[in-house]
Amino acid sequence: MLEVLTEFMIIDIFVRNFGRFMSGLRFTITLTLVVMFLGTILGVILALGRSYGIKPISWFCTAYIEIIRGTPMLAQLFILYFALPAYGIRLSAVAVAYLGFTLNCAAYQAEYTRVSIESVGADQYKSAYSLGMKRWQTILFIVLPQAVRWSIPAWTNEFIYILKYTSLAYIIGAPDLMTQGKFIASRNYQFFRVYLIAAIIYLIIVLLSTWIIDKIEKKFKIPGFG
Amino acid sequence: MEDKNRSLLNIIDLKKSFGDNLVLDGISFSLDTGENKVIIGPSGTGKSTVLNCVNRLVVPDGGEIWLEDTEIISCNNINEIRQEIGYVFQGFGLFHHLTALRNVMLGLIRVKKVPKKEAKEQAIAKLEQVGLLDVLDSYPAQLSGGQKQRVAIARALAMEPKLMLFDEPTSALDPELIGEVLNVMKNLAREGMTMLVVTHEMGFARAVSDEIIFMEKGKIVEKSSPEKMFKQPENPRTREFLFKLDELYGKGGEE
Amino acid sequence: MSARLELIRRSLPALLGGTVITIQMTVLILLFGVFFGLIFAFGQVYGNKPIRWFVNIYEKLFRSIPELVLLLLVFYGPPSIGIRISPFNAAVLGLSLRATAYMSQIFRGTFKSVGSDQITAAYSLGMGKYKTFLFVILPQAIRVFIPPFANEYAIILKDTSLAYALGVAELLRQGQYIIAVAYDPLTIFLVIAVIYFILTFGVTRLLKLLENKLKIPGIGVEIG
Ligand SMILES: Nc1ncnc2c1ncn2[C@@H]1O[C@H](COP(=O)(O)OP(=O)(O)OP(=O)(O)O)[C@@H](O)[C@H]1O
Ligand SMILES: [Mg+2]
Repeated sequence: MLEVLTEFMIIDIFVRNFGRFMSGLRFTITLTLVVMFLGTILGVILALGRSYGIKPISWFCTAYIEIIRGTPMLAQLFILYFALPAYGIRLSAVAVAYLGFTLNCAAYQAEYTRVSIESVGADQYKSAYSLGMKRWQTILFIVLPQAVRWSIPAWTNEFIYILKYTSLAYIIGAPDLMTQGKFIASRNYQFFRVYLIAAIIYLIIVLLSTWIIDKIEKKFKIPGFG
Repeated sequence: MEDKNRSLLNIIDLKKSFGDNLVLDGISFSLDTGENKVIIGPSGTGKSTVLNCVNRLVVPDGGEIWLEDTEIISCNNINEIRQEIGYVFQGFGLFHHLTALRNVMLGLIRVKKVPKKEAKEQAIAKLEQVGLLDVLDSYPAQLSGGQKQRVAIARALAMEPKLMLFDEPTSALDPELIGEVLNVMKNLAREGMTMLVVTHEMGFARAVSDEIIFMEKGKIVEKSSPEKMFKQPENPRTREFLFKLDELYGKGGEE
Repeated sequence: MSARLELIRRSLPALLGGTVITIQMTVLILLFGVFFGLIFAFGQVYGNKPIRWFVNIYEKLFRSIPELVLLLLVFYGPPSIGIRISPFNAAVLGLSLRATAYMSQIFRGTFKSVGSDQITAAYSLGMGKYKTFLFVILPQAIRVFIPPFANEYAIILKDTSLAYALGVAELLRQGQYIIAVAYDPLTIFLVIAVIYFILTFGVTRLLKLLENKLKIPGIGVEIG
């Protein structure tokens, strides 16, 4: 029993490697924020392309979204990291992380946005057209603003997913929290304890983010919406 | 106390609060076999709560409810008692995943353990009684409000209850569908079913009820026969309320 | 081109072997997740305060820790106190802990989607809690359950690729083995992607068909 308990004595390790943990955390958070920002913009464009684009565009967007959502993120990272060099495109682990997560995130954000776009009723188009609005104006000023509002819960869910999945950077070696953890553990051989520290750090930032997102959502809640 | 053996249902000094909201403040009345009473009163007065207490879907804070020789609040076989009391809700409460026929059969098969074939026969008979032989295989979402409510009545009747409770059975219905449900209820009353009905359909009250109970703010303000209630109500509050009902639903006696 | 086809033909047996491991893991995790998720959901709905507390904390915990970190913790944890655990078992256990948390939430949402009027109506017919659950709540809930279940299935299938990090010879790692000897990573990865895609897209489509089959007539729009 005592043996089990001592396994959980981690403060010492945390203090000794504070700098590394923090630099890993900084990378994780920056990566998450940038990926979310770019991924959401790209996602909205993909969703619009799928719902309103001419046939080839719509077809391309649909295929992109379904293929990304139908395959593991790790396989996608591997293609960027291991397969592209065979064609002379050599990307660093950091670049693969930014690119791979963004491309992945975009597909999911696109899907959530599409569902919201489709849930905007036909009456909205009708009233917009009856005011003399053009198709693109209707999409841009009437449908999209509503769809974005419907999408926000799913988008913020995706934020938590990306925050957790950036840990996959560990497998290709971009310097995120887990990669730093692996580095520390490879020196002191305390794999369990080091990863336990990482787990606790993730737990704290995930719970904190959820809390902050909740607060923001409450504050900007539009009466009668959602 | 000796009263309780004579009546089918006897409610004595019923009390209920939700938090610090006193909803029932000492309600007492009784119902003999074959009798038919109507409860009226403003919204939020506790009418539904009375019915819910009778079925113990809401547990009262005080008082007694006797169904013949069984005290409902303290009994330990509530599921058997509930079989003796049919309950028809304002919102129908039909099981969405079952056809009309299956809705009526469910209680027979699962609660009464009637064999399937007999259950089907009995269910069809009840659905015939409410005039619904043509929609046996329809799902609730495919029925009109009036049809739904009649299925709900058939479902309750199938359990062969001693007492039927109705909680505003027609107030969720379009006006043109109210009549078909009220007719089923009138027929039931004529056949001798004991009924306790919350409704604002004064035509129905006048035609079939033995007594009208006017409730307000958790108390019974007045109870008397329909003739007396409509011609010369004792309490000024009753008069006021009936006047408002007239405005809302039209005069009751004409029908 | 023909060299490429030849490579695919030669590597397919190994890749299918990896696929079998991937499917094994997925099925085991789903079984664990559904079984314990159901128990947890019941605990959360019908349990007393300490049980509800436990389920809440469990869900928060295992939904917040990244899947990969969970796998590594389960892999490195037991050996440090002298218990041996194989990479395969560690991966299944780690992902099951997570799946239980999500399934429990899915079940809870599903039960809640059955309106309280349905329960009241069942009680008023003299049905007890058990019968009400079995004959009224469950048959309605199962239809609502299918879409989130299909979604969860796809997530679990894709997450089994994380077992790569523990050295489990699942689909992705089998691919890496082949790439190490035949240097054509893109071809192999594309084959792998196709296999994953068939497994996710194909199965979710099948579940969609089932969902349509179970649809209650007259109720057009499904919840969720
Ligand atoms: N389960 C409950 N929890 C808390 N409060 C309740 C509950 N059920 C009823 N109440 C409250 O009790 C009061 C009486 O409700 P009840 O439904 O019995 O009134 P009612 O006379 O049937 O009204 P209506 O004509 O609107 O149906 C209301 O203030 C209501 O808000
Ligand atoms: Mg009421």
